[in-house]
Amino acid sequence: MLKRTKLLSTIAAGAMLATPAMAERGADGQLNILYWQAPSIQNPYLSGGTKDIESSSLVLEPLAYYDKDGEIVPALAAEIPTVENGGISEDLTSITWKLKSGVVWSDGTPLTAADVVFSGEYCMHPEGGCNAASNFTDVASIEALDDLTVKITFGVAKPFPYGPFVGTTAPIIQKAQFANCMGAKAPECTAENFGPIGTGPFKVVDFKANDVVQYAMNENYREEGKPHFSTVLFKGGGDAASAARAVLETGEFDYAWNLQVEPEILIQMEAAGKGEIVNSFGTSVERLMVNFTDPSSTLGEERGTVDHPHPFLTDPAVRRALSLAIDRQILVDAGYGKAGQVTCNVLPAPTAYASTANDWCKTQDIEAANKLLDEAGWVPGSDGVREKDGVRLSILYQTSTNSVRQGTQAFIKQMWSDIGVETELRNIDASVFFGGDQSSPDTFQKFFADIEMYTNNFDGTDPEKYMARWICKEIPSPANQWLGNNMPRFCDAEYDRMSLEMGKTAEPADRIRLAKAMNDLLIEQGAIIPLIHRGDVSARALSLGGVKMNSWDSELWNIEDWHRLK
Amino acid sequence: MTDLAKPGEETIGAHRSLWMDVWVQFRAHRGALVGAAVFAIITLVVFLGPIFYTTDPGYLDYRAKNLGPSLAHPMGTDNLGRDMFAQVLAGGQVSLAVGFAAMLISLVLGTLIGMLAGFFKALDGPLMRLTDLFLALPLLPLLLVIILVFRDTLRLTFGPETGIFILIVTVIGITSWMQTARIVRGDVLALKEREFVLAARSIGTRPTKILSRHILPNVLSPIMVSATLGIANAIITESALSFLGLGFPSDFPTWGRLLFDGANFMTLTPSRVIWPGLAISLTVLSVNFMGDGLRDALDPRIRGR
Amino acid sequence: MLRYTIRRTLVAVPTLLFISFIIFAILDLAPNDPTGNLPLTIPPDVREQIRAGLGLDEPFHIRYLLWCKQFFVNEPLNILEQSFGWQFGDGERLRVTSWATRSPVVDLIVERTPQTLWVVGMSYVVAILIAIPIGVISAYRQYSWFDQFGTFFSMLGFSVPTFFTGLLFIIIFSVWLGWLPSIYDTTLVVDDWSSFAQQMKQMAMPVMVLALFNAAQLSRFMRASMLDNLNQDYVRTARAKGLKERTVVLIHVLRNSLIPVVTVIALGVPQIFGGAIITEQIFRVNGLGQLLIIGIQGADIPLVQTLTFIFAVLIVFFNLIADILYGILDPRIRYD
Repeated sequence: MLKRTKLLSTIAAGAMLATPAMAERGADGQLNILYWQAPSIQNPYLSGGTKDIESSSLVLEPLAYYDKDGEIVPALAAEIPTVENGGISEDLTSITWKLKSGVVWSDGTPLTAADVVFSGEYCMHPEGGCNAASNFTDVASIEALDDLTVKITFGVAKPFPYGPFVGTTAPIIQKAQFANCMGAKAPECTAENFGPIGTGPFKVVDFKANDVVQYAMNENYREEGKPHFSTVLFKGGGDAASAARAVLETGEFDYAWNLQVEPEILIQMEAAGKGEIVNSFGTSVERLMVNFTDPSSTLGEERGTVDHPHPFLTDPAVRRALSLAIDRQILVDAGYGKAGQVTCNVLPAPTAYASTANDWCKTQDIEAANKLLDEAGWVPGSDGVREKDGVRLSILYQTSTNSVRQGTQAFIKQMWSDIGVETELRNIDASVFFGGDQSSPDTFQKFFADIEMYTNNFDGTDPEKYMARWICKEIPSPANQWLGNNMPRFCDAEYDRMSLEMGKTAEPADRIRLAKAMNDLLIEQGAIIPLIHRGDVSARALSLGGVKMNSWDSELWNIEDWHRLK
Repeated sequence: MTDLAKPGEETIGAHRSLWMDVWVQFRAHRGALVGAAVFAIITLVVFLGPIFYTTDPGYLDYRAKNLGPSLAHPMGTDNLGRDMFAQVLAGGQVSLAVGFAAMLISLVLGTLIGMLAGFFKALDGPLMRLTDLFLALPLLPLLLVIILVFRDTLRLTFGPETGIFILIVTVIGITSWMQTARIVRGDVLALKEREFVLAARSIGTRPTKILSRHILPNVLSPIMVSATLGIANAIITESALSFLGLGFPSDFPTWGRLLFDGANFMTLTPSRVIWPGLAISLTVLSVNFMGDGLRDALDPRIRGR
Repeated sequence: MLRYTIRRTLVAVPTLLFISFIIFAILDLAPNDPTGNLPLTIPPDVREQIRAGLGLDEPFHIRYLLWCKQFFVNEPLNILEQSFGWQFGDGERLRVTSWATRSPVVDLIVERTPQTLWVVGMSYVVAILIAIPIGVISAYRQYSWFDQFGTFFSMLGFSVPTFFTGLLFIIIFSVWLGWLPSIYDTTLVVDDWSSFAQQMKQMAMPVMVLALFNAAQLSRFMRASMLDNLNQDYVRTARAKGLKERTVVLIHVLRNSLIPVVTVIALGVPQIFGGAIITEQIFRVNGLGQLLIIGIQGADIPLVQTLTFIFAVLIVFFNLIADILYGILDPRIRYD
């Protein structure tokens, strides 16, 4: 019976039969997903944020993606190329992908290597403004060897060649659909950008930009009996707390994303018994960046440049004391709950990369911090604020606007006042802080403050590019239009040397050793004060099964397996 | 309205007794008295309270978080363990100051522009197009531009707190005068054709005098309403500004901010929203009753009774 | 009056052009950036390319003139083409395109206008229907219990911000009672009674929140203005002539008291189109207010510029209407 159903459903594309077969495609009805940021486009290459990338991951697929443990697993590829199976050349300059055979687009046409080549050309077009361009760094050429084989050649040796087409940020788009949308034409293709044809489990039925997307199951999806839901409603907008409420308290939605809300609120909502909080940990670390340069506005054009060292943060004792004075566990309990862990590393994961050399920071030690400052000659003045040679330990501490962050700021301010450091808090609208507008003094790159706090992470599991952020060349300055990643303006020859070496090393054990050493150097020097290893928090309805939180890729990575629990 | 222009009754000894008269009338107005009393109590508690209740509003006691009202914390604590009562007191000082200062700026601007535009035909066009312009400006981007241009200068000149106070009050003031101006102008347009104004004009009264003696008292009631609404508006807008990062630093409580931060904790610790909300409402209500009393007291038709 | 109307309309053209320029300048100066919401894993040089791809590397005046051309020439031509089937040139015209959605801004606006008119417009109608009777009765029976209660209620309504009332309503009606949905379903198609009932249910809370806020304000102005007029000589005269009290109050006094209320309503109507940013955001109504705030947060200049400019047109237009209405309500007002 089962066999017959399976056979028939393949032929008749899920024609309804009387028997309620387990594996019937689309048998579970509608799935309601709520993101508090609304998707504005369905083409991830032109997206304005995670909301667009994750919503389009229902439709578009890459060659391979990261599973919930950070392992690279095949999606459209037949297998993951490695040096061992011959997929990666010995000199590490090329990678050859084989596609699964028999995969068709949702319009019924077959997926071929030409689509992959096209997707690469689309993103690498200089006028296209593709936001996954960094996935394609150093790519010299992408060519189709045959209908199902693609060879990507790099200009340099790539110890980690899984940039192009791995992860939902760089999926395969259909050549036939996007052929006329290259380069400057990309933004004009509204119909294509709103309704890309994909190979994923769902297809776009209706898209109201900045509001809601309706998906229906893709009848041509390659896996039998999947997806379980026949339609998906993907609603956007509002705020995180009310999104959590819609899943946990009123039960109107099945899944809500990225709920950075104070933990006690979530716990109270969870008690309503309609849903539960799910979380997972990736590489996100909430950290303090310590400014090594003088941000004083009296310096005019030269503020925040390496020519003017910071009046007191250049003293290693001060940096160490600032870190020692923080009770990270309180920060976790107050702002993150289960979704946070105390960390002393800027590179806390994957597990193999996590160093234990800096665990001194895990316990607050006000006494030791005070002693350090005393020995360094910083003595408390009449108002309790330490000073030396007329320089007061007075800190301007900035971050983006977000109630959890403002709570953290308040705690740290109080902890620092216990060691005689005065703090002025400032919060800046996120679109300004992270925006990088050249005319604004408030961007996190310009860093016209003494300390700034935000979270950063890296895509995938390889930290090479991430750790290369703190080399001297990456220091933002007027000369490079403040386009740099080295916010603390940290510059150390040994660090630069290790970063260079990592770019040439393929042996995993050596890469791990280097990455750990670089992490330890940053923390030892106090350029970065890590606070919290942050997890991703979402909520699912109790009736929704199959959710496996993934911090390494789209949270909706396995949506074809999601189903209704009976 | 003819009373005002009637010779004898009003003008003789007017300078001696006008304000006395107003005060007598105001005192007789029960709502106004209650309003004034409530307002005085709020002001006294907010400004003198911290002398007696010495808990530091910024002190975080994490073990005492999310508490309900108790003897140690009369209004409970917030999710970081700060004492709510101390925060409401400290927040009140800022909110009252911001509310009044911003309301005054917007009221003076609005009344002045409205009266000039309504009375002088030559000014009507330009001033009303200016009003249209201000009404049309996109508020949020405008605020971001204002921070960008002025924050650092003001911070250097006046220090972080005073500088930001000046900035906030000015910003709220100059972005909220338009409604008052349109309303005052509408009333003035009608008033200036009334008999008593024509009479004053025909005996050669100077325009400034007509405006201040004859027109202003007659547009007072919408102005009073605008004043009441203006305070509420300024207190709430201030909290929206701090959310944008334009307002006071985040550890600086204000009523609007307490209400905003507390909103999500409404079911967990209701006292976090009840008290700031009540404080704002009571202030607005008491100002409203005082405005009513003042209007009645300044209304010559009622004053005679 | 006609000459005045024509003159005002003519003056409106340069005024609006000037306003559009100022708006563009403000949006350009504002320090937020379209790449601000991108994941931090995207490196700065890629962000620079994205900005260039949006045309942000062109000088200010070029971008302004481009917007003017797209909005004042291309869009109207497009509307003509669509509504009459005419053809101008090859039809290949650049329309005003949003940076976030890469789709024509006008289409986004057209898609969202109905919800805003339904929710915000309805709330305004409700507010006027509540506020005018309350204002009239409060003034007529000044300091009665009705007046005191009305005062208390409206002050409460105005001093408690919509972000708070909205949340309170959700907790009461959605979480505790479970009567109303907390999220507005924008895919709902009203084609029968049950879907109409559904629509009413989901509109109830946003409409209540906004109506409370607007009614509070309107009723205060209505009351104040009525009080001013009730003691006028003409009222005494009318009463002395033996007119019915009802006629005196509802015809003579009310009409003369409407000037400030008309002003407030005229200022409020463009806001109906502008949507209610906070309320739409709380209930996730896909109206114009939500579109505007998303645009501002994402520094989507073409979208924000176009929306703000349309509001400016409405503001200028309704203020003109108000001025004309003054003349009708009080024939002594003359502009010429």
